[in-house]
Amino acid sequence: MNSALFVVVLITGLALVGAALLIAGLISPRSFNPQKGEAYECGIPSRGESWMQFKVGYYLFAILYLMFDVETVFLFPWAVILKDLGVAGLFNILFFMVVLILGLVYAWKKGALEWK
Amino acid sequence: MLFDFSIVTHWIDNLLRSVMPGWGALLVEFVLVGVALLLLYAVLALFYIYFERKVCAFFQCRLGPNRVGPYGIFQSVADMFKILIKELISLNHIDKFLFNLAPYLVIVASMLAFGCLPFGKGLQVIDFNIGVFFLIAVSSIGVLGILLAGWSSHNKFTLIGAIRSGAQMVSYELSIGLSVLTMVVFAGTMSITGIVEAQNNGWFIFTGHIPAIVAFLIYLVAGTAETNRGPFDLPEAESELTAGYHTEYSGIHFGFFYLAEYLNLFIVSGVASLLFLGGWMPLHIPGWEGFNYVMDCIPSVLWFFGKAIVISFIIIWFKWSFPRLRIDQLLRLEWKYLLPLNLINLFVMVLIVIYGLHF
Repeated sequence: MNSALFVVVLITGLALVGAALLIAGLISPRSFNPQKGEAYECGIPSRGESWMQFKVGYYLFAILYLMFDVETVFLFPWAVILKDLGVAGLFNILFFMVVLILGLVYAWKKGALEWK
Repeated sequence: MLFDFSIVTHWIDNLLRSVMPGWGALLVEFVLVGVALLLLYAVLALFYIYFERKVCAFFQCRLGPNRVGPYGIFQSVADMFKILIKELISLNHIDKFLFNLAPYLVIVASMLAFGCLPFGKGLQVIDFNIGVFFLIAVSSIGVLGILLAGWSSHNKFTLIGAIRSGAQMVSYELSIGLSVLTMVVFAGTMSITGIVEAQNNGWFIFTGHIPAIVAFLIYLVAGTAETNRGPFDLPEAESELTAGYHTEYSGIHFGFFYLAEYLNLFIVSGVASLLFLGGWMPLHIPGWEGFNYVMDCIPSVLWFFGKAIVISFIIIWFKWSFPRLRIDQLLRLEWKYLLPLNLINLFVMVLIVIYGLHF
């Protein structure tokens, strides 16, 4: 039942965008002007490609994020049964956490968390 | 004691089943759920736009919208119609497919997260047993939409806005995930119904000692960053990037991003109220029977929306109180302060749960 409702909500979201676009397409005006299709920048013709290289720093943070996000995913099932596991559960996860925190400390020392 | 909305839904279910075969009833119910969700979504977005404009005006000693209808309450409705009749400009150099796909992703992500919220007792659309986890998972799809929007627009402003937004949203998602995890450790369940029921004898922020309060504060900061709102609004910093990742979107296309932004504000506040302030659960103090009885007389829907709106007000307050951060300050705040603090906080919470130190 829940999975069916998930699909219903998904379709509701798609329908909202689709219907609004349809209505807007029917009632909104259309006019042509060669300048209109250009990129919205400074008013003068834009130079060069916009799909260009960007700062590699963003990429570093994305990789670090991946590491910690997967960690969070691993921790969720553990969190639910923690009360039954007791102290043993804490020590089991501590090994896992220590390795990850060492990773964070390494990245910190290496200067990956600095924005240069 | 509280009115249970599942009585209404069961009554509708029985009524439909008495006049048509089972599959037909199910189909009609699905359509009803969809329409109800859509209406609530649109009304809330309109309310939030009006609310933000009014609050921001009062912070700046202005009156805000006051022409359309009494106190300007129909201003956002008028804005919605205006945005519908705006031209959708077709651009020359964009990646058409991704450009059109991005609003779908952003809206679907916020709609799915919206469907998980418990609006009242028995009034919840999607109720998985991994509820909170599912909520975080679907709401993170929104980042993809924003990245695609900025990339496909073929504009330098939008590209910078999108990658800034990507870095910011993924970073702060860690804090959201870990502070939600702290509360899952405390509650011992991921089911949203379970979490709300567990707060029957006091909200988590009161029963969870200091770690719950710390997690709440971290969640508020991370939630503000996650919705790209000020002081973390540098993906759309007007003075440097025009409008950030949605610079090239016009008309209703832009409206979708605007809509999703306000709905995400509601979702973040709703999740905060669910995890820390009891969701639709009234304020109960163990032992005070009379007080609990009076609190139960207030409908659960009012409790949920009241808490969500109070938290939204705090988040809007942030926007008008703090200057915008730079990207290095933003990333330092997350990775060097919030993340270690969150891990320590989680550890303290685990100790409290294992040794049963909570109330």
